[in-house]
Amino acid sequence: MSTPYYVSPDQIWEDKKVFVDRGIGQAKEVVVLEYNNGLLMVAENPRRTIFKISEIYDRIALASTGRVSEYETLRVVGIREAEVKGYTYYREDVTGKWLTNLYSQHMMAIAQAWDVKPLEIELLVCEIDGNPDFRSQIYKIAFDGTYEEMEKFAVIGGRAEAITEKLNEAYTEGLELTEAMQLASQTFEFIEVEETEPYQITPHSIEVGCLDATYGRRQFRRFTVEEIAEILNHAS
Amino acid sequence: MLKPDDYGKTDFLQILKSRCPDQVADWNGLNGTHNTLPHNYLPHNYLEGTTVLALVYNDGVIIAGDRQATEGFQVGERRIQKVFIIDRHSAIAVAGVAGPCFEMAKLFQVQVEFYEKMEGTSLSLDGQANYLSSLVRMNLSLAMQGLIVLPIFAGYDFKQKKGRIFKYDALGGRYEEDAYYAIGSGGKDARSTLKKMYRPEMTEQDALTAIVEALWDAADEDIATGGPDLIRKIFPTLIAITEQGVSEVSDEIVAGLFDELVSRLGQS
Repeated sequence: MSTPYYVSPDQIWEDKKVFVDRGIGQAKEVVVLEYNNGLLMVAENPRRTIFKISEIYDRIALASTGRVSEYETLRVVGIREAEVKGYTYYREDVTGKWLTNLYSQHMMAIAQAWDVKPLEIELLVCEIDGNPDFRSQIYKIAFDGTYEEMEKFAVIGGRAEAITEKLNEAYTEGLELTEAMQLASQTFEFIEVEETEPYQITPHSIEVGCLDATYGRRQFRRFTVEEIAEILNHAS
Repeated sequence: MLKPDDYGKTDFLQILKSRCPDQVADWNGLNGTHNTLPHNYLPHNYLEGTTVLALVYNDGVIIAGDRQATEGFQVGERRIQKVFIIDRHSAIAVAGVAGPCFEMAKLFQVQVEFYEKMEGTSLSLDGQANYLSSLVRMNLSLAMQGLIVLPIFAGYDFKQKKGRIFKYDALGGRYEEDAYYAIGSGGKDARSTLKKMYRPEMTEQDALTAIVEALWDAADEDIATGGPDLIRKIFPTLIAITEQGVSEVSDEIVAGLFDELVSRLGQS
């Protein structure tokens, strides 16, 4: 009878973290920040049909980065469970906190399983509440299901720390939508320090969505390339 | 987590049935349970909605309904809503037993939105109309007991660039109407009026005038249908659907249309 190899839990956990960090390190960033009417979500993403930002429910959206196939499953799980809950009780009863716990449990179960690779993703659950005086809530969820509340803005992706530092300096409350979008695209340009040419964000290179408290029941909206171009030109 | 097989499912009703079977009224016993309502007994304390109608005009389609529900020979509810917006370019109006009517409208609205979020693109108007067939069919066993639920579905079709109307029978049969349709207890009276007033390529103003007159005639001839309630300021619901989207006609405009109608009828 052979004895199984002993690997310490510290070592297993450390290996998983290194593995995920390598994946997330390459992931493009998503910036979420509060503006005067809601939450703006901006991702560096030149694709036109594969999204990092998506609508989950009336006033809840999901921003994700990492492996598309992995966060896509969580997006679908979120929509399904939110619709079932809203249908069973009332639409207002579907909350960001509830969705965050749901995601957290899924991600933790996978991260702790010994024979499955952890998910190489990071998520931001974004929620606004109230009209016209709204309250925003952002939950940042890591690969192992740990999550935290973020105030006013949050960033996920490989260079999240650098962008957060920049936003700590530059972010002010009560931004207009145009100002917020301009600020987000500036932070993307700012962190491209290794580029020889000045790095330029164009309407084709970003994906933009928002949750806006003035929109009525369904508060999520995705901006078209034309709309992004108009806003960026207007702001500059 | 999600099984790969479950991933592509876009039918919310199926998900609801597997996740929370108690949330779905399964009158036909297709879920393995049986309809235990006795066929010779009808409960008396339920509400019934009365007249709903729709009319195609040059920019789109108008869908409308009165606001009254009856409970036997009594007024059960004066402010009931029978017309529901489904997405940015479609709406449904329901006539019949109120409870299952509202459940059908709610389920239909959730399904269409669910599909849109999952797929990132709207469910086509024909797709919506077909899906509604299966919801009507779910109530077949209720219909056989006299508790019938029937919708009119209307929307703007971007491919054909026009407003379209669909009607249904109790078995889920789906039929398209080119010009106008009305159902419910005053449906026949409303249809007669629409038949006389309909012209191809009507303007929105003419279409609104025709709808209001049809609602008036339905309320005039059918005891269950409610007319405009001037004392309580309750007016029928009128919703216009065009390329620009769905918009509810305001109570002030509807009240004005009824004023015009009354003065016109007074003169003749």
